[in-house]
Amino acid sequence: MTDTAATPAHFEASHDDAHHEADHKPGFFVRWFMSTNHKDIGTLYLIFAIVAGIIGGAISGMMRVELAEPGIQWLESWAGAGGNEALHMWNTLITAHGLIMVFFMVMPAMIGGFGNWFVPLMIGAPDMAFPRMNNISFWLLVPAFLLLLGSTFVSGGTGMGAGTGWTVYAPLSTTGSVGPAVDMAILSLHLAGASSILGAINFITTIFNMRAPGMTLHKMPLFVWSVLVTAFLLLLALPVLAAAITMLLTDRNFDTTFYTASGGGDPLLYQHLFWFFGHPEVYIMILPGFGMVSQVVATFSKKPVFGYLGMAYAMVAIGVVGFVVWAHHMFTVGLSLNTKLYFTAATMIIAVPTGIKIFSWIATMWGGSVSFKTPMVWALGFIFMFTVGGVTGVVLANGGFDDIVHDTYYVVAHFHYVLSLGAVFAIFAGWYYWFGKMFGRMYNEFLGQVHFWLFFVGVNILFFPMHFLGLDGMPRRYPDYPDAYQYWNEIATIGYMVMAAGMAVFFVNMIWSLFAGKKAADNYWGEGATTLEWTLSSPPPYHQFNKLPHID
Amino acid sequence: MAGAAPQHDYHLVNPSIWPLIGAFSALVMAMGGILWMHAPAPDADPAGAIDALGALGFMSPLMMHAGWVFFAGLIGVLFTMFSWWVDVIDEAHEGHHKPVVQLHMRYGMILFIASEVMFFVGWFWAFFGAALFPASIDGAEAVFPPPGIEVLDPFSLPLLNTMILLCSGTTVTWAHHCLLKGDRKGLINGLWLTILLGVLFSFIQAYEYVHAPFDFKNNIYGATFFMATGFHGFHVIVGTIFLAVCLIRAYRGDFTPKQHFGFEAAAWYWHFVDVVWLFLFASIYIWGSAGAPIH
Repeated sequence: MTDTAATPAHFEASHDDAHHEADHKPGFFVRWFMSTNHKDIGTLYLIFAIVAGIIGGAISGMMRVELAEPGIQWLESWAGAGGNEALHMWNTLITAHGLIMVFFMVMPAMIGGFGNWFVPLMIGAPDMAFPRMNNISFWLLVPAFLLLLGSTFVSGGTGMGAGTGWTVYAPLSTTGSVGPAVDMAILSLHLAGASSILGAINFITTIFNMRAPGMTLHKMPLFVWSVLVTAFLLLLALPVLAAAITMLLTDRNFDTTFYTASGGGDPLLYQHLFWFFGHPEVYIMILPGFGMVSQVVATFSKKPVFGYLGMAYAMVAIGVVGFVVWAHHMFTVGLSLNTKLYFTAATMIIAVPTGIKIFSWIATMWGGSVSFKTPMVWALGFIFMFTVGGVTGVVLANGGFDDIVHDTYYVVAHFHYVLSLGAVFAIFAGWYYWFGKMFGRMYNEFLGQVHFWLFFVGVNILFFPMHFLGLDGMPRRYPDYPDAYQYWNEIATIGYMVMAAGMAVFFVNMIWSLFAGKKAADNYWGEGATTLEWTLSSPPPYHQFNKLPHID
Repeated sequence: MAGAAPQHDYHLVNPSIWPLIGAFSALVMAMGGILWMHAPAPDADPAGAIDALGALGFMSPLMMHAGWVFFAGLIGVLFTMFSWWVDVIDEAHEGHHKPVVQLHMRYGMILFIASEVMFFVGWFWAFFGAALFPASIDGAEAVFPPPGIEVLDPFSLPLLNTMILLCSGTTVTWAHHCLLKGDRKGLINGLWLTILLGVLFSFIQAYEYVHAPFDFKNNIYGATFFMATGFHGFHVIVGTIFLAVCLIRAYRGDFTPKQHFGFEAAAWYWHFVDVVWLFLFASIYIWGSAGAPIH
């Protein structure tokens, strides 16, 4: 019972077919703007995620240089104004950074990009179940992103842009931000949410109905499992966010009082609705990463993944339990003791299936013939760093402790360890793992390693000191701080520079490899890479699997 | 598209312009809505509203006619939906909807309805939050419905509406059974009845809205009532249109006893709308109004 049931020998016939006859691509506009091809749409998603990542990453650079020293350094010149308008720009920056990275970088890269590219390939399907709907999932993201970017240039009330934080809490987002910026941000989320719901329907239908003959659910590669669980989380969590932000919209513009106490409403309702979505959302951002890391670790250990079924059902468990832990984001709002006890205990339970995954990755490597190619070092970095973020997660799960560090940099450190060093490391692992498969040319191994080490060292210098800052009481979401916090803030900003240097290497590598990289073989990772995409050419034919593969 | 004839039953859809047009129509609609909501009153000085647009100030001429921008976007979205589904129906007639493709559609529709259920969970959450844990307003007694709210009599028109929707659930099933037996006349009659019951429901609902003794604005009772029942009402209208499309297709003879997923999807959707109403009726109309004076 492994995820490695198929071998290339099983369907050389379909491979040959594909090479000769199914490679007629439509013209430029039809191909990229009217696409019904999962690989092209996946590529569009990846390009989109890279663009959004550059913008979101540049914003974090702005924040780091502002925080490099105590006092306000840059905000006034960036905002072209002083006082509260300049300070409001800080709120706009943190909001834009969060929303861009969550909705327009991590999700499009993992689900839209790698999910679209490799779910059909890995299950032996010619395309997604709804190829045309697949395209509107992508194209809805573009207006959504334009609305969000546009919002930063219109009034949010105090200054330019939506300064609500990515959580868009009421009443800051209602009576506290009267300009049109927050409405633009809200409708941006509506469109992005619609995109994701349609995508989720597509993935679930594809995975349930289009697996190649013989590929039972229990033979499915773990990346496909991860996307399946993620799609269910999207399907069930996002509509609740849609309702929550629709209430924001009517409170803001049509005088309802869902979140207004003077009208009998409750600002806490928003937090409950938001986090009922928001907590599954954090698993949405990490589960596909779990899937990719499983593929990579198995490939470079030349062993099937340890405890395949445990790995699959651990993700299911994380998905299910992830729906009933949301109020651990709200420990300081005045929950009753019993409520805090429940949410503390439920949150800690998530550590059990997560531990199963960590230990199974380690056990996969144990006794394996491990090679430390670029995708593998990213996966190892993921396992190491995600564990650090997971451990601080267990610490934060304690309602009593959270009272002390809530809204401090300790929390910022925690969620950047699981996202910037978790989700992002997994994305890079997947990127290097499949680069040759997607684009037909190999990345440069030396530059890939340099990228990894600069990024790894950089983000640790950047984020580890935030634990200290948080434990020392530095609150998040402020552009200024007392001198006492200067030391670690300076170091964190230096870490950003190192990380940025790593990203420069990444872009050099990507551009160089796309044009001058060595041609990629069908299965350039050799015997460790056993899933179906490695049985196809690199890149695969425009329509693969005209004859469906059979899995023994 | 592929040169070699695929040896599988999946439907590899031809490239389509509708996703692109639909997405950007949604952008026009969203931007129109935003401008509309922030447009200055006709007699007010527009300077502040224009100033708030910041770098999007070039859109300020549109702001005075933002309603039209919104409707232009809406028409784009509706036109996209129409054209897209016309394509789907054409593809069905061309034989692309093999059994496995029909199965995809079943999954797709069920999952879509599941997401709709979760959307309503959000509105019920708002309602139960307010009703189970009422807050004191201006020092008044913390009860739900809040003091001063007069409610609708649940056993008057709302009960009638409940009977209408339940009845429409039976007529759509009648239509379905006729379809399965190849009785097109019965299918058409059943659909006509269902649609008329749906329209009747919407009219009664509109009548109640107009005569409701509480306001949409500035109180949590009206907010939860109108938004929850309003979104339900919107779904009734969508479902009625869906059934009307099925009626037209029934006249055209599109449906066969073996293949008629468009009808089934409409029927599923209708039942979903029906069930949501039962929850609304039981919780908001009956339980949620208990203790308040009836209008």
